[in-house]
Amino acid sequence: MRNGGVAMDARQDPVQPPDDSAVITVRGLRMSYGAHAVLTGVDLDLHPGEVVCLLGPNGAGKTTTIEVLEGFRLPSAGHVRVLGTDPAQADDAWRARVGVVLQSWRDHARWTPRRLLTQLGGFYRPYSTATHPRPYDVDRLLDTVGLTDDADRKIATLSGGRRRRLDVAVGIVGRPELLFLDEPTAGFDPQARRDFHDLVHRLSDLEGTSILLTTHDLGEAERLADRILILAGGRIVADGSADALTRQVAATSEVRWTLHGERFVHATDEPTPFVRRLFQQHGDDVADLEVHRASLEDTYIAMVAEHESARRPQLAEVTR
Amino acid sequence: MSLTLHAVRLGVRRGWTEFLNSVRSPQDQGFYVFTGVATLAYLWFNRADRVEGTTLLYPTVALPSILGALVAFGVIVGPAFALAMEREDGTLLRHKALPHGMEGYVTGQLVFHSLSAAPQFLLILVPSALLFADVMPSGAGGWLTLGWVLVLGLMATLPLGMILGSVVPSTQKVGTWGMLPVLVVTGISGIFVPVQALWGWVQTVAQVFPTYWIGLGMRSAFLPDSAASLELGGSWRTGQVALVLLAWAVAGLLVTPVVLRRMARRQSGSQVAAAKDAAMQWVR
Repeated sequence: MRNGGVAMDARQDPVQPPDDSAVITVRGLRMSYGAHAVLTGVDLDLHPGEVVCLLGPNGAGKTTTIEVLEGFRLPSAGHVRVLGTDPAQADDAWRARVGVVLQSWRDHARWTPRRLLTQLGGFYRPYSTATHPRPYDVDRLLDTVGLTDDADRKIATLSGGRRRRLDVAVGIVGRPELLFLDEPTAGFDPQARRDFHDLVHRLSDLEGTSILLTTHDLGEAERLADRILILAGGRIVADGSADALTRQVAATSEVRWTLHGERFVHATDEPTPFVRRLFQQHGDDVADLEVHRASLEDTYIAMVAEHESARRPQLAEVTR
Repeated sequence: MSLTLHAVRLGVRRGWTEFLNSVRSPQDQGFYVFTGVATLAYLWFNRADRVEGTTLLYPTVALPSILGALVAFGVIVGPAFALAMEREDGTLLRHKALPHGMEGYVTGQLVFHSLSAAPQFLLILVPSALLFADVMPSGAGGWLTLGWVLVLGLMATLPLGMILGSVVPSTQKVGTWGMLPVLVVTGISGIFVPVQALWGWVQTVAQVFPTYWIGLGMRSAFLPDSAASLELGGSWRTGQVALVLLAWAVAGLLVTPVVLRRMARRQSGSQVAAAKDAAMQWVR
């Protein structure tokens, strides 16, 4: 059921065959804690060089999904392949190809960024090849994440934002082919966020790193992701580019204009005919004309709400 | 195998860096100075006492026992705290995300905690040599014994600290689960009071744990042979010291990897996040 690049409501989708060229392939991933099902059948693919953003409300299972893919958590059921291997059984050579950006909070307080990156990077050295040297040169890496000036300071004295940069540096020190980022910019100030986005673009464009990240910041998702997945109610409910998602769901646009100094706002599904009629009626008296298509945020809220309202009656039937 | 060796080498470097960071940190320096001054003060106030039935002074007999107990205590409680804390703050998870990272991490822990026994040891031993008469080991044989007792003692007790740190539910519980039992064992191990002064069954319990044997081995290294008459059975029981400590070391070597692996398997980002939330909520 593909529709303008958007697969809506995966429940009716036939199970797609696993994609061999994909970096990540997940089919029917389920995760339950006792009677509580967090993931009820997640299907997702990540292709080489792609940046995919996983969105979803708190408790939807974003972190659980990422942790299964990282090999840090065993799924209850489902087919999971990451870089051609089941992460639950992955070996150290697989580990060397995967980068994980962790949200740490007080570890290595007495170390300096330079010492820590040198130490942790050393573990990747045996996996270096002529075509893919590992790890990164520490000075270059420090420069890349903007920590050159703090390279020899104690980590305990770094600000929250600088600490997160260090977390990112640790995640990519082994030059991973695939990078996982779980809410990487939580607690960043706007400048740090902008710098981080530049960094992700560089990793993706120059290094060809495939990236899967979760975030609550929809602007971030729009800016970074080639493709956005929305996880709600334990499954992927939408899959497509920010543009495609926006067109698909909240087709409503907002038209604003002023007429003789008075402001007007009108919501419409078809802005073009509406604006034409507006000009036919008032001609050049129409001023300050603005047409806003629904934002990704509107789309997201609508999708999650739609999905959750669709779930409730079903639950009532089951419990009866 | 060479990959593991590479990780172990990195672990040694990690342990050395941790050690340097520790001796440069005012917090750790404070701890070393505190235990050092407390021990020396205790010995100083009892410096003129004679041990019953001998010509030996109290510091002569107590110093080796206290040194042994401090080493044992340090390398059990130290790794227990470190491991519990580093499980919660993400240090361990970082290593889990590295190829052969856990091997490097564990090596780092072993090296760091073995090394950190040294400053404390020297901080007590050197001033004692200047302050008290007849407290140093007698001859090359004595120093040799001191060497092997310390090495075996470390091998016997370090794994216990690693196991404790792996099984305690949180850092805040290390005090009750880890420190308290270790203190009790130290209390009954003939460090401050001869073990013969306690009931028979307590003596038996004390001889199960490595602390008593480390203390006994230390005394055999420091004291003249005639002082063996103060011990259970009137002998240093040198062979038994080596055997018991070796048995603990082997048991540790077998059990610790299993426990560590089980603990590492359960490490995940959400566990670290939960620990962070728990640490911010002290009152529950």
